Amino acid sequence: MEVPILKQGDFLIATVQAALTDADLLHFRRALIQQVVRCRSQGVIVDVTSLDVMDSFASRTLREIAQMIRLRGAQTVIVGIQPEVAFAMVQLGLTLENVATALDLEEGLAHLKQKSESTA
Amino acid sequence: MENEIQVPINSDQDIVAARQKGRSLAVALGFSSGDATLIATAISELARNIVTYAQCGKIRLTVINGSTRQGIQLVAQDQGPGIPDIQQALRDGFSTSGSLGLGLPGVKRLVDEFAIVSEENRGTTVTATKWKP
Repeated sequence: MEVPILKQGDFLIATVQAALTDADLLHFRRALIQQVVRCRSQGVIVDVTSLDVMDSFASRTLREIAQMIRLRGAQTVIVGIQPEVAFAMVQLGLTLENVATALDLEEGLAHLKQKSESTA
Repeated sequence: MENEIQVPINSDQDIVAARQKGRSLAVALGFSSGDATLIATAISELARNIVTYAQCGKIRLTVINGSTRQGIQLVAQDQGPGIPDIQQALRDGFSTSGSLGLGLPGVKRLVDEFAIVSEENRGTTVTATKWKP
């Protein structure tokens, strides 16, 4: 299952559309980092609204993505974690520490714009 | 609705298949969407442990009838290396595979009942039960 990555100005928007296997997640990580480099992106949004389970592997992969992108000097925001998914994640002990999250795409974009203005 | 579903776990694709089947069964049984998410997440973690440590195994999902309530029992079984120190494996932060190390204690928090039987070089069986409130 390929995750589409769209370029919007200085930002990239990746929308997870269906359940991802571990292999899909690793493929997505690679593809996203490549796009960040190619597009010289300032910020990335990963929209997980349609994910119904976020287990330890998915959570770890998202955290690694955010860390890699930060090392490139860009920001990552995870948006759309469903309330039930958030509940299960916390029970499991997955807190996505040091990763920015936002309610939805709109809030995520606002967050990235604010960040890029404050560093400009 | 089937009362028992058996899912072979041999690859990362089976992890997704198992948790989707678990969610469907939970919803069919009348679990709330939130509880179905907890069940699906627990299955995902248990299936992942099988793939990571034992390479292959199976997960059995069974509808169980208590005296006053219904529930789902998850049994994750493998013939892998086993867990030498279960107490240690149940402690938060412990892992031998370089993962987050929250697998088993985390799964325990997602369900109502949790039991683990493991024998070195024979395999591991984790039984987890979630009751419908």
